[in-house]
Amino acid sequence: MAGGEGAEVVLRLDGITKRFGALLANDAISFELRKGEVVALLGENGAGKTTLMNILFGHYTADAGTVEVFGRRLPPGHPRAALAAGVGMVHQHFTLADNMTVLENILLGTGSLLSPRLDTGAARAKVAKLSADFGLAVHPDARVGALSVGERQRVEILKALYRDARILILDEPTAVLTPQETAALFETLRKAVELGLSVIFISHKLNEVMAISSRVLVLRHGRLAGEVATADTDRHRLAEMMVGAEITAPKLAERDPGAPLLTLRRVTTARRGNAPGLAGIDLTLRAGQITGLAGVSGNGQAALADLIGGLDEPASGTMDLTPPHHGDWSPRAALAAGIARIPEDRHRTGTVADFSLTENAVLESYEAAPYSRKGWMDWAAAEGFARKIIDTYDVRCPGPSARIRLLSGGNMQKLILGRALEAGPKIILANQPVRGLDIGAVTFVHGQLIAARDRGAAVLLISEDLDEIMALSDSIHVIYEGRLSPAFPRGTKTPAELGIWMAGQGFDGGADAA
Amino acid sequence: MRLEPIANPTALRRFGLPATALALTVLVASLLALLAGANPFATLGLILKGAAGSKFALLETLSRATPLIFTGLAVAVAFRAKLWNIGAEAQLYAGAIVTVLLGTGALPLPSALLLPVIALAAMLAGALVLLGPVLLKTRLGVDEVVTTLLFNFIMLLFVSYLLEGPMKDPMGMGWPKSPALEKAARLPRIVDGLRLHWGFALAILAAIAVWVIQTRTTLGYETRAVGLNAEAARFAGIPVGRVMVKTALLSGGLAALAGFSEVAGLKGNLTLDLSPGFGYTGIIVAMLALLNPLGVVLSALFVAGVFVGADSMSRAAGVPTYIADILTATALLTMVLALRLTRARIRWR
Amino acid sequence: MEVLDILLTASFWAAAVRIASPLIFATLGELICERAGVLNLGIEGIMVIGAFAGWMAVYLGAGLWAGVLVAMLAGMLFGLLHATLTVPFGLSQHVVGLGVTLLATASASFAYRISLPEVTSPPKITPFQPFAIPYLSEIPLIGPAFFAQTPLTYLAFALIAVVAFTLYRTPLGLALRAAGENPASVEAQGLSVTAIRMGAVIVGSGLMAVGGAFLTMSAFSSFFFEMVNGRGWICIALVVFGAWRPGKAALGALLFAAFDALQVRLQQTPMGAVVPYQVFLMVPYVLSILALILMSRRAEVPAALMVPFNKGER
Repeated sequence: MAGGEGAEVVLRLDGITKRFGALLANDAISFELRKGEVVALLGENGAGKTTLMNILFGHYTADAGTVEVFGRRLPPGHPRAALAAGVGMVHQHFTLADNMTVLENILLGTGSLLSPRLDTGAARAKVAKLSADFGLAVHPDARVGALSVGERQRVEILKALYRDARILILDEPTAVLTPQETAALFETLRKAVELGLSVIFISHKLNEVMAISSRVLVLRHGRLAGEVATADTDRHRLAEMMVGAEITAPKLAERDPGAPLLTLRRVTTARRGNAPGLAGIDLTLRAGQITGLAGVSGNGQAALADLIGGLDEPASGTMDLTPPHHGDWSPRAALAAGIARIPEDRHRTGTVADFSLTENAVLESYEAAPYSRKGWMDWAAAEGFARKIIDTYDVRCPGPSARIRLLSGGNMQKLILGRALEAGPKIILANQPVRGLDIGAVTFVHGQLIAARDRGAAVLLISEDLDEIMALSDSIHVIYEGRLSPAFPRGTKTPAELGIWMAGQGFDGGADAA
Repeated sequence: MRLEPIANPTALRRFGLPATALALTVLVASLLALLAGANPFATLGLILKGAAGSKFALLETLSRATPLIFTGLAVAVAFRAKLWNIGAEAQLYAGAIVTVLLGTGALPLPSALLLPVIALAAMLAGALVLLGPVLLKTRLGVDEVVTTLLFNFIMLLFVSYLLEGPMKDPMGMGWPKSPALEKAARLPRIVDGLRLHWGFALAILAAIAVWVIQTRTTLGYETRAVGLNAEAARFAGIPVGRVMVKTALLSGGLAALAGFSEVAGLKGNLTLDLSPGFGYTGIIVAMLALLNPLGVVLSALFVAGVFVGADSMSRAAGVPTYIADILTATALLTMVLALRLTRARIRWR
Repeated sequence: MEVLDILLTASFWAAAVRIASPLIFATLGELICERAGVLNLGIEGIMVIGAFAGWMAVYLGAGLWAGVLVAMLAGMLFGLLHATLTVPFGLSQHVVGLGVTLLATASASFAYRISLPEVTSPPKITPFQPFAIPYLSEIPLIGPAFFAQTPLTYLAFALIAVVAFTLYRTPLGLALRAAGENPASVEAQGLSVTAIRMGAVIVGSGLMAVGGAFLTMSAFSSFFFEMVNGRGWICIALVVFGAWRPGKAALGALLFAAFDALQVRLQQTPMGAVVPYQVFLMVPYVLSILALILMSRRAEVPAALMVPFNKGER
């Protein structure tokens, strides 16, 4: 590798500071990036990694500090200037137009807007060469809307390379990939570094940081908490730098599986848009068990969550509850059957941002006494319920009448958790329950889920974080293209073995793959 | 340029910006007066005087505000649920048609019984008119903005057909108008000899009722949840489609009361010019009131004052009455901008 | 049988093409706005202001083409207002659109009244005259229908191709479509979403105004209040019907205009004596609603339509 001490400095951040209202997202951050190195930017969710990169790329404007690329200061707030200086960014949420082709997305904004024609011929040749050089296979005329997540990421990287980027920033690029796809991405990054590019790799996953980077910068609460050469450190020390304390893994006491509370037999559901439906799955949720659902996002997790959560019905097959359920299947029916739901997106589906905590607390229960009688709301009772959740679940907030929009993600999630658990559920559907939370909130949420399991509830834990699944689950299923793997009891599969299932192998071949 | 949210706006922001919006509106009025060759101060004075300068003027403003309170409430109720009902005009005429249908001798009832029956029937008709577009929205995903707008044109043609055909007044000397209501079907005047009728009191009552529904009932809670975040509402088990339909029935019913009150309280019969766009003006009334039902009463009085004042000013100063439409539109646009800026500041980089 | 007779007359098709022309201008204008992610409900009022401004300019002595230009500039002015409020400030596109319609309509009426205070019936101008294209206009049925129209009609049909080419074959069109689908993709490629969306709304509004001007400067020769009469709303339905594609939307406009021309002619037949004329007049509005219902399941709405984009918001 060409990088390291003495190599040319390609990027210099100096004293970057950024506030969002009361939150200090970046506090006087300075560092340098050298030619031919991969620097990992490590930190918890909310530590300020993405904000810092968005400032570097010109999406945000810093309150103070400067960015220099190849010795020249970048004017703040102009992605165009960053692109021209050779900075390319692969965003965590892809910035692609689904209604256009791969080539069109790559070409967007590359030439003069007023030129009368698109020069697709030359572009096609250049994209083909880049694809070959960096191992980024994707069809240039495919509609982006029809591509898989992994392919879309390749398009994002091609977009940057097409503009002759010398510095690549990747924001949590592995969050949506299988372990195998991650390996392929690392291969691409190594090729890039060999060709003299420099890479900033943003992640909160320690093993990936150890595998790909030559240097690690750790961000904590918006500050640069440390900088080490990867060779001089290990996972434990990085973890400590990242959260400021030793991470303790959740403890799961051995427990015999209880009676089945929910059983799916050969269930299929309709396909929706780009997401697959369920393709004839069998699943049993048992009392006192956490069942983990691993898989790359977009493989039918949403379909399963919607089915159990009451938003969808089986197109064929059966869903049996204990005690049996009769009548229409709806969110209300699911709630009545003792199913508590923690939705994937707490902002979009979990809460009404402009409602108060009180109004959000009774969102699932307002129709029944004591919160309403004969159509008349009893706001005092509702507020009492909100206060109870605030106290029991340690929701930090100005009070029950504050708008929930003002709360941090962790406190919002605690309110949702409290709302769900206070009903004394028999089944808990936890869909990405800790995504985007800081370590304190993660520990709290995991503790509550384990406590519910120990009380005898059946928990379905859906997560894209394989480490989380493996730490918390009594048994694990892998979902791929709407199909479900057999149940793997705790401790019987390694991450690599599960990764093979997550990539779709093993479903047809059977035993030889795993 | 971009906007940065402000968590706790200062009092200066919260009151200064709306005041600036009003000042801008007044400025536009002055410019228009100048354009028309009139003295701006005299013009503004005449508008004020015409709107509230005498007992007669004031009662005229209250009378004009009556249908605007109803249509304003109709729009406010619907917009709360993000149901874009732009068809209050059609619902108003539906109410008016039913009022004529039942109020010209079809029901031999005493006034105290007849009026409530007519009002309820009118509400039902208005509700049904909005039901179509709403079902198309909830069942098929057809955008209700365009369908409700188009229904306004269809309804006016239907009224035109009725007034030239089955509902034509045989004594009307060929004019397209309906027969007059019987005495028992007329809303009495509050003050004898002046145009203010009990429809105004009904409008105030309606505003209070809507306020109670929105703040105290499960329907109000559901409506707000659906309007603010339909996806979260659906996830939580709120029957979004059914809430939309209920909201629509209420909204259509309220708009129809405007038609009922105009026919039974003011005009006494149905003509094609019953509403000079009360349904559309209701949108402005509702938006200026921030969709608050009690605020609707105030903003309806303001808008009615501008229209009544401009009418009287026009006769005296010769500035076209269309100044009133320009002013209300300006007030609307500047006010929504001002309210946006109370919650966000502009950053130029 | 009457219907068939009507369908075989050249004058019927000529009328259909004439009726379609203003709709094509305005539909293309709305389509440009919506493809960039902005619903422009100002369309109805902008057509009114275009109809008034173009006609007034010619009445005051300007040439016909100068009148068209004046109409377009007037439309662009209201487009600028709409765009400023909805794009950088991100205000509700419903509210602003309706406000702009009201403001533009009232402005036209106000300006009409102060410029012609004493006039009882609106003065006429000499409008665009039909121009028969040699040879082509002699083709039976098609010739008189398509090739003996006014220059503004030819312009409308030429614009379909121009807009389609721009949207699908130029860098500008690419950026415009991306802005309506995922504005972040535009921003990440170093372009300004605000500039693209505002530009689209302003240009689109200009086209709507030319559509309005067609009414006073080509179809008729003077300005009446209420002459636009819901055509703007119909164009919004046509954009949906055309699945946000210029060719399909224009075809929809033509189809729609044919029905409109047909109902006018049917009023003259024995059928018209039985059925009240209001029923015929309802046809355009009912058709628009039917078109919306028909396309409700199939249309591919631009994903970011009506979604404001605020740079750097979180």
